[in-house]
Amino acid sequence: MSYRHNVRFAWSRSARFSDNRRLKPDQLKNHMRSHPIALVLAILACSLPLGAADVRFNRDIRPIFSDNCFACHGPDRNARQADLRLDRREVALARGAISPGDTVTSKLVERIRNENDVLRMPPVYSGKTLTEEQKDLLVKWIEQGAEYEPHWAYIPPIRPEAPDGPAGIDFLVEKLLSERGLEPAAETDRRTLARRLSFDLAGLPPTPESVEVFEGDGRPDALERAVDQFLASDHFGERMAVHWLDLVRYADTVGFHGDVAVNVYPYRDYVIRSFNENKPFDEFTREQLGGDLIEGASLEQKVASAYNRLGRMTNEGGSQAKEYLAKYASDRARTASTVWLASTMGCAECHDHKFDPFLASDFYSLQAFFADIEEEGVFAGYGDWGSKMLVPSREARDEIARIDARIARLTEQGTDQFPPTSENLAVFAKELRGALGKWRVLAPNAVRNDCADPDIVDCDKFEIVSEKDGSVSPRFGQESRPGKLAQVVEGDLGSARVTSMLIEMLLSEDCEDYFLGEIEVRWLRPGQPSRRVSIDTVIPDWNDPSGQLQGLIDGNHHTGWTGNPNEEGVRRAVVVFEQAIDAIEGDKLQVTTVYDQIFGLHGISYRQRLSITGEDSFEFPLDGPAAKLLWTDNWNRDQRAVMERLFVRRTGGNPHWPEIRDLQRDKKRVLDHADETLIAKSVEPRTIRVLPRGNWMDDSGEIVEPRAPSFLEQIPRGGGRLDRLDLANWIVDKNNPLTARVFVNRLWKLFFGEGISKVLDDLGSQGEPPVNPDLLDWLAVEFMESGWDVKHIVRTMLLTETYRRSSDPSPELRAADPDNRLHGRQTAARLDAEFIRDNALAVSGLLNPKVGGPSSKPYQPAGHYKELNFPKREYRPDVDADQYRRGLYTHWQRTYLHPSMKAFDAPSREECAANRPQSNTPLQSLVLLNDPSFVEAAKALAVRILESDAATDLERIDLAFRRAFSRRATERERDVLLAFLGGQEVHYGENRSEASKLLSTGLSPVPSEIDTAELAAWTSVSRALLNKHEFVMKY
Amino acid sequence: MMRPNATRILGRRAFLGQASMGLGSLGLAQLLRPDLFGAEPGAKGYPNRQAKIKRVIFLCMAGGPAHLELFDYKPELAKRDGEPMPESFTKNQQIAQLQGQELRVLGPQHPFKHYGKSGQHMVELLPHIGGIADDICIVRSMTTEQINHDTAHTFMNTGFRIPGRPSMGSWITYGLGSESEDLPGFVVLTSVGGAQDQPIASRQWAAGFLPSKYQGVKFNSTGDPVNYVRNPAGVDRQRQGDLIDTISELNGIQRSMVDDPEIETRIAQYELAFRMQMSVPELVDFSSEPQNVREMYGTDGGDGSYASNCLLARRLAERGVRFIHLYHRGWDHHGSIKSGIETSCKYVDQATAALVTDLKQRGLFKDTLVVFCGEFGRTPMSQGDRSTAGRDHHIKGFSMWMAGGPIKGGASYGNTDDLGYNAVEDVVHVHDLHATLLDLFGIDHTTLTYRFQGRDFRLTDIGGRVLKPILV
Repeated sequence: MSYRHNVRFAWSRSARFSDNRRLKPDQLKNHMRSHPIALVLAILACSLPLGAADVRFNRDIRPIFSDNCFACHGPDRNARQADLRLDRREVALARGAISPGDTVTSKLVERIRNENDVLRMPPVYSGKTLTEEQKDLLVKWIEQGAEYEPHWAYIPPIRPEAPDGPAGIDFLVEKLLSERGLEPAAETDRRTLARRLSFDLAGLPPTPESVEVFEGDGRPDALERAVDQFLASDHFGERMAVHWLDLVRYADTVGFHGDVAVNVYPYRDYVIRSFNENKPFDEFTREQLGGDLIEGASLEQKVASAYNRLGRMTNEGGSQAKEYLAKYASDRARTASTVWLASTMGCAECHDHKFDPFLASDFYSLQAFFADIEEEGVFAGYGDWGSKMLVPSREARDEIARIDARIARLTEQGTDQFPPTSENLAVFAKELRGALGKWRVLAPNAVRNDCADPDIVDCDKFEIVSEKDGSVSPRFGQESRPGKLAQVVEGDLGSARVTSMLIEMLLSEDCEDYFLGEIEVRWLRPGQPSRRVSIDTVIPDWNDPSGQLQGLIDGNHHTGWTGNPNEEGVRRAVVVFEQAIDAIEGDKLQVTTVYDQIFGLHGISYRQRLSITGEDSFEFPLDGPAAKLLWTDNWNRDQRAVMERLFVRRTGGNPHWPEIRDLQRDKKRVLDHADETLIAKSVEPRTIRVLPRGNWMDDSGEIVEPRAPSFLEQIPRGGGRLDRLDLANWIVDKNNPLTARVFVNRLWKLFFGEGISKVLDDLGSQGEPPVNPDLLDWLAVEFMESGWDVKHIVRTMLLTETYRRSSDPSPELRAADPDNRLHGRQTAARLDAEFIRDNALAVSGLLNPKVGGPSSKPYQPAGHYKELNFPKREYRPDVDADQYRRGLYTHWQRTYLHPSMKAFDAPSREECAANRPQSNTPLQSLVLLNDPSFVEAAKALAVRILESDAATDLERIDLAFRRAFSRRATERERDVLLAFLGGQEVHYGENRSEASKLLSTGLSPVPSEIDTAELAAWTSVSRALLNKHEFVMKY
Repeated sequence: MMRPNATRILGRRAFLGQASMGLGSLGLAQLLRPDLFGAEPGAKGYPNRQAKIKRVIFLCMAGGPAHLELFDYKPELAKRDGEPMPESFTKNQQIAQLQGQELRVLGPQHPFKHYGKSGQHMVELLPHIGGIADDICIVRSMTTEQINHDTAHTFMNTGFRIPGRPSMGSWITYGLGSESEDLPGFVVLTSVGGAQDQPIASRQWAAGFLPSKYQGVKFNSTGDPVNYVRNPAGVDRQRQGDLIDTISELNGIQRSMVDDPEIETRIAQYELAFRMQMSVPELVDFSSEPQNVREMYGTDGGDGSYASNCLLARRLAERGVRFIHLYHRGWDHHGSIKSGIETSCKYVDQATAALVTDLKQRGLFKDTLVVFCGEFGRTPMSQGDRSTAGRDHHIKGFSMWMAGGPIKGGASYGNTDDLGYNAVEDVVHVHDLHATLLDLFGIDHTTLTYRFQGRDFRLTDIGGRVLKPILV
């Protein structure tokens, strides 16, 4: 019986695919014999002592073969020696390696026991040796008939006998325990359970109040209620997203070379929302792999398709497009096969897989599914990363719909309602005069270069001069022009209201083109610190082809506004402030504009003029002949023709043109606040070939079409090429043996500390056979039969006794099962990096619980991005409520992940990561001790404690403990902290300036009514709590 | 070197002893299990053969130094200067920025000379390195597989083009542990100057799939030398020490309440963190360096320059750091290579030679390997206008040198063809460099493996040849 047959057969139970593959009766019989149910009862973890029972292929033999033999006697035909395959019984028999039941004629036995170094297998050069125990197992297996079994993970799971619901899990767990004669640990206390639930389902600590409620809830369904409450919270989606984003390698930057930022956070929001709305996992899968291909795809589905664009991309000069397209294609195939199939298909990039039956052509056929995705091998510039779309928020979409409806109403009369009659022309001219007259040139009374930026070379070698018309421009002498310049202009505001500022780029000999990269506006008042003016939007005077005016206010001087002055000799943009400035006499406006060179070598050029207005509605000024004509209504024929043209251009023949103009600007403003996201766009598929040895320059390989791995059930071709949706449907087909197992196995790890098969990214031959295969299959079937209902399966896992057990085992249990693979207890686990941050923010009360939205920038060591270039960049930590957002929203710079996140094992997300290690390093100690985010959290917790009703030190310590650990301090803990507090109070009492320094950490203000020394001392106490091991743990 | 307050440590230790006493089953083994990067034996019983070096100082000349301008003089190249590059060399070969352009030969831009007793042939722009010519072995036949900076560094460091594999420094600390009690076993230093500074991803010193304690720790030249190594404002060393004592006491109490062996590790990590807070600032305080040493390196230290990093590298070597990886980001001479190479040489020549000399004077040279190598070389073809000609990335043949330990001084190994395009004699692959490096550390490169996604990965993938001819 061939391996291939067996697997293919098992797969073929699919109703959908069974049309051309009928089961033969003998196959059915074979199948029943090797049925997983029969097997699994006997299968125990390899790590556990073997019983005297039969030797089983999957449990005992396959790991030995896979580890020691398959590399030369396995699936890879190119590496195969002596034409022998040990992964196929018929070949092993035919080649005489194995004679079932006869160890004397089995060459395998002779070779593994041979004393001669030259003849013994595995050969010396392989570096592999078999232990005596392994040799005995092989011999015994041959004695017993050398029966093969198909690899467990390629047989569709079948529900084992077990009670329904959570009791089914408990039954299957306890079955293994009782077979070992092991007593599970008792149920844990309610406090611990409350914390466990909260961290597991929300990634946040419970409030002291909620713990008390839960502790006092005597109702039989108290746990169920708690679980349901957590599942209904938006934090559930955030918690689940952390895991999913690791898998799909979500990040905020492109990952190669300059590691430039790219906007794709709407995809992250989609993931959070999907978990919160309990989107069935099959739909979730389809939308990500092929949301753009769904007929009439919704905005949401298109956003989901950004999954396909999350891989690394390059814009490095000198990169070869073909090479990088090959890299992207491999990355996609590797990722998809790990995310959904926990298969290491990436190993088949250069050769057939050495351990699993994947062929190199399987790997490239998987790539071919994604060959339709529009992309460049090497992207140009810093801001263009291919197919994208605007994603307005729901509110914004409503607002746009309202504006569109209003515009539609105003324009339904058509374009001939407002002809250019003399009367209408006069009305038009008056209106325009009014709007135009409202701009006042901001006369510069101070102009300088800002030389603080180290990028600006020879900053002092040229000056900026003002012209009579209020414009400014740099004066270049013999020196070559600099590549970058930051110019500061100050002008008097006078007593005025200012809503917007007009920037005009004027044509001159020195300014044929320009690139304005960044703009910053500050409002100055004598004797007061300057205030930064928040900018709402930037509106160009015509449909600006550069289209990137938001780039002027994004902190990156490589994105911005470029162009040649238009035919009027001027280009204009209006900078609209978020809030109007109410200036008084003496106030100034300070405007810093950062100019960069365009496309390389010419150096910068510009001539800039600024004007201001206090109106909410405005018109762009006019130049050329029309400008003068506006001030009269006595036009000759030629002049009238000019006016009529202007009239038609600006009014569109509609008397409501001023309102329409304002509505269109409003719409633009709303859209400006909508972010772009990458999406997948399907185009003519690229040709995909098998690349011999993975060599992208070698075009000799066969051309492949999309198809499923050859040893698994194929996807029927309804005509035409298979696409990503076909792939998705195949992945979530109920007869795909891998997908459900892969997902529930990873969920199990999230809630029970270790996967049932612990190698979360490899369910293949080199992975670990599941410790409790019945349990894994039961969960997989339950998950599929529930309609891929994620919340259902999570709920089922958590409402078990198994979940509720104490993590503190009896010595016998620990000794018998040190790694807790049988789950006789809960597993204590360190919190993930994001949740450690969240914990500190929540306990201190600083947490901004906003769900979704753009990434945030917590404090980060200065110069962390120093080794980045193209462009160089400066990290600007958020200075508002965004500073206190949850860890999962942290800006994910692939090549320089935030050091606190990295210290606690968050992956770079350059590659798919199914499993996070849990290290325990001194760098973690330094983070918790000294990262300003944690110091500030300690300060905020101290404020919270001192502002509370707790009056005595003991009460305060208790309160702090309840916040941080959901419990009161023990007597010994109190003593330790009281002694520590006393010392700190003395020190900071004597060194008040030191106390003030400590309290200056972070943006959050300190209430003036609290004594500085006392607050500093309590900040120290809080630091001790946030650094306590218990703080980063879930028990 | 200053040590933390002994009584404090003692107090904590005594306390920990008490806390652990009631926990019968917990043995010493668990107490010694911590994921420290402090002094500890290797993870897997290495070295498994005789070790010849204890540490590496890897001087990565990032950007791709032009072998043809530094170490590999080609008279034929000079002769054919300006002529079309024979297509027999370039047909169907990878090419970076010169894609689709007319390819012309560019002769060496500066004269070469013979240095030392051995007569090592190098450019005139390296007089100081010339002074140690008899200590170094020049390899003129390096090759690599990746032609862009990011991926080429990844390949040079990990032996793979796909990210997520461990850097060589991580492999070595994984195999051998660290000798330093309060510094990481794998330290990274960076500097710039000489050409456009190409970015370097932190992936280059990542531990990949190895436990994260083996990752390289980058020292910053400005701000905190190591992230978060400085106390918060308003907290002095005494206060920080008191805090850490308190944390450890609380953790000790917790240890008596729950059965979580990670607590001991945590306590030990706080002690180590505290020691690092002392040792790192001391390490980067150059005030104890005598004037003659400063003059030799050409720096007073602490300015973030390559010279300062070389001096720091020596200080790290003295303190038992296993793998010291310097990146000088200044060799990407696509244009104006004539002046560019001169500038870049000035940045590194004196300090590199000073480092070797200093190591010798301190007796460290015999068990320290110094490697001077870029992620690739540069083309024999010119790039850009003739007046501002540069060279493009090149992977088929380039040069590096090694010194120290059992490396044959004054020797050279391998050769490129007449135009310096292909390595043709004793070709050295990146895997060979790695195999040699591990061999010198006493590690058989085929046995140092780590299982990831079902495969036993090696630094040398499936290749690697120890370069025995360059060893004494």
